Amino acid sequence: MKVLAALSGGVDSAVAAARLVEQGHEVTGVHLALSKNPETYRSGARGCCSLEDSHDARRAADVLGIPFYVWDLAAEFDRDVVADFLAEYAAGRTPNPCLRCNEKIKFAAVLERGLQLGFDAVATGHYALLERSGQHVRLLRSSEAAKDQSYVLGVLTQRQLAHSLFPLGPVRSKADVRAEAAERGLFIARKPDSHDICFIPSGDTAGYLRERLGAKVGDIVDAAGEVVGQHAGAFQFTVGQRHGLRLTVPAHDGRPRYVTAVDVERNVVRVGPASALAVRALRGIKLTWTEAERRDTWRGLAQWRAHSEPAGAVFSYRAGELRVELDHPAYGIAPGQAVVCYEGNVVVGSATIAECEVAGC
Amino acid sequence: MIYLDSAASAPLRPQARAAMRAAWELAGNPNSAHAHGRAARALLEDAREALSAVVGASSGEIVFTSGGTEANNLALRGIAAERRLVSAVEHPSIANIPGVEVLRVGGDGRVGLPGAPLAGALVSVQWANSETGVVQDIPELAAAAHGAGALFHTDAVQALGHLPLDFAGLGLDAMTITAHKIGGPVGIGALVVRRGLELCPQAFGGEQENRRRPGTVPVALAAGFAAAAQTLNQELASENSRLRGLHDRVVAGVRGFAPQVEVNCSEPCSPAIVNLTFPGARAADLLLLLDREGVSCSAGTACTAGISRPSPVLLAMGRSEADAAASLRFSFGWQTTADEVELALAALERVLRVYRGGRA
Repeated sequence: MKVLAALSGGVDSAVAAARLVEQGHEVTGVHLALSKNPETYRSGARGCCSLEDSHDARRAADVLGIPFYVWDLAAEFDRDVVADFLAEYAAGRTPNPCLRCNEKIKFAAVLERGLQLGFDAVATGHYALLERSGQHVRLLRSSEAAKDQSYVLGVLTQRQLAHSLFPLGPVRSKADVRAEAAERGLFIARKPDSHDICFIPSGDTAGYLRERLGAKVGDIVDAAGEVVGQHAGAFQFTVGQRHGLRLTVPAHDGRPRYVTAVDVERNVVRVGPASALAVRALRGIKLTWTEAERRDTWRGLAQWRAHSEPAGAVFSYRAGELRVELDHPAYGIAPGQAVVCYEGNVVVGSATIAECEVAGC
Repeated sequence: MIYLDSAASAPLRPQARAAMRAAWELAGNPNSAHAHGRAARALLEDAREALSAVVGASSGEIVFTSGGTEANNLALRGIAAERRLVSAVEHPSIANIPGVEVLRVGGDGRVGLPGAPLAGALVSVQWANSETGVVQDIPELAAAAHGAGALFHTDAVQALGHLPLDFAGLGLDAMTITAHKIGGPVGIGALVVRRGLELCPQAFGGEQENRRRPGTVPVALAAGFAAAAQTLNQELASENSRLRGLHDRVVAGVRGFAPQVEVNCSEPCSPAIVNLTFPGARAADLLLLLDREGVSCSAGTACTAGISRPSPVLLAMGRSEADAAASLRFSFGWQTTADEVELALAALERVLRVYRGGRA
C-alpha cells in the first residue's frame, strides 16, 4: 500500500511509520504545519508544531529512508480547530480541539489530499486498534489501556477508518514503544510526550482565552444567588472546575465549591457543592458513527474525556439526537465535550454534549 | 533520478572537483608569510584572476564571500548610500534587508527606475530572476541609475553562466556571483566591487580581502569556483544554445499535454529556467508526485520549515495567490541532457493525469 504517515516529530508517529516500512508498505512522511507562526523550539512537553518538531520529524524520515514533506495546513487548522475552540468557549462550552483536529484535519483534509495523490491510507501514532473484515472496519480501544486514544478517534466515520492505519494499536506499553524507537535508531526515543493543547504552548488556557475573547469582569454566584466572587470572563470556566475560582465569601458549610454552570449571556459563573454536578443523563447532538447509524436503544459504555473511566449507560437515538442515561450519577461532565459510545471495547460513535441532566434537580 | 533544480544548486563540475582536490593537499593559510602560506596564496590569487577575467573585472575587484547571500548583504549594507532601492523580485538576501525601498515590477516581471533624481542612492536589480528566469535590461538600468546620480548593484547569481557578464564594460558598481549555481562548490561566492568604491566590512575581524571581508578565504573552494567559471566561459555560446533548446522543448512539450499551462516569462529569459503555472493545481502536490517519479524540481523558494508558500516573485508580478501556489520551476545545468528532459516530460504528463483523475 502507498501510505501517508503523519509524523509529528514525536516518538509514537515515528515508530508507527517504522513498522509500516518494515511491513513493506511504500511510506511517505508528512509533517503538518498547523501554526501560522511556529515557535522555534518546543517548550517542554507542550506544543507540537515548532520548527524543532518539524526537524525531528524530518530526521525520523531520514532514519527510515522515506520521502518527507511538510504540509502547510495552518489556515485550515485555524478555521476548523482554533476558531471552533474559541467559539465554543465563547458560548460557555468546553470543546476538545484534538478530537476536532482528527475529524477535520488529520482524517479529512490530509486524508482527502492523500487520496488525490494516489495514497491508499493515512497512518498515525494513535493508540487504538482497527479490526478489518472484508471492506468493513471496526475501531477498538488499544490493548494498552493507560494510553488508549480511541476517544479522540471516536468522531471518525467508516470511510475515514477504511483509509486509516494505527500501527501502534497492538502495543503493550509506551515504554515498549520507546525501547523500539531506540532499537530502530530513532533519536527521539526519549523525547517527552506532548500534553495539553498544542496551540497553547504556555499551557495557560484561561489566559489564552482572555487574550482573544477579551477580559469581561462578572460575578460568581452560589446556588442561593449570593455573589461569592468575581471573574474576568465567564467563558474561561468549565463546569466541574474547582481551582482558580478565588472565591471571596467562604462557603456556609465549609465544603469545596465547583462551577456548576457557565452563563455567558449574563456573564455569570454559578458555583455549588459537588452534589450539584452529579449528572444522570446527557443529550448529545452532532452525531458521528464509526459504522452504520444506530436507530435503536442499546446498553453500552459512555466516555466524556480522553481518559475518564467508561461508565455504563443506556443509549437511545431518536430524531438526530442521542440520549445517554447513566447507570450511576457521574461528575465532571460539561456541555461541549464529546461523549463517545462504546460497546465493550468497540467504538460505536460520538456526539457533542448539548445538555446535562443533574441528578438532584 | 532526474535533477531539474540546478538553479537551486547545480552538481559539481569535474573540473571544479579536480581543482579542489589539488588545493586541499595544501596546508597553508593564504595570509601566512612562509612557504606553505605563499603556496596557498598563489592558488587563491590564481583563482581570483581567473574569475575576474570571466566576469570582465580586474582581480582586485573580487571580494570572496561565503556565497550570494553574504555578497548581497555586503553590497547593500557595505556601500554607503542615502537610499537603497531594490526591485520587487529580489532574492530574500536583498528583499529582507531593513530599510530598502521597493521598485514595483510589471506583469512581465521587469522593473523601471523612477523618473526622479536618485543622487546618493544605491539601486539593486537582480540580473536574471532565480524563480522565473526573467532577464532585466541591466545595461539600460545601470545607465539610468548612473544618469540619475545613483550607484548600481546587480545580483548576477543566476546570470553567471547563462549571459555574458561584462562588469567593467557596463560600468557596474557592484555585482554578486556565487559558485554553486554554475557547478562550483557550495560555500563560496564573491562581490565584485568597482575599484575605488569604498566598501565597509560587515563583520569584525582581520584584514583579509583588502580589509573588505574578514576571515580566512577557503582556498580550495575559490579554486573550484574559478575552475567552474573558466569551464563555462569556454563553452558559453554553445552551451547557451543547448540549454535554450531544452528550455523550448519543455515549454512545447508541456503545452502539448497541458494546453492551459502558463509560462511565467516573456523574452528575454534565462535559457536555464522554465517557470510554469498549472492553473488549479497545488504545486506542492505536483512536486510530491514528481519526486515519486524520480524527478526533482522546485515549487517556489524553499523556506526553513519546508513549507512552500506562494512565490513572492509571482505575487509581485500580479499573479493571484492561487496561481503563485500552482507554479513549478524546472531549471537546467551543465549536466542536464535532452534525454532527461524527455523522461521528465513523460513523468509530468503521468503526474498530471494522476492528479486530475484522483486515484488512477
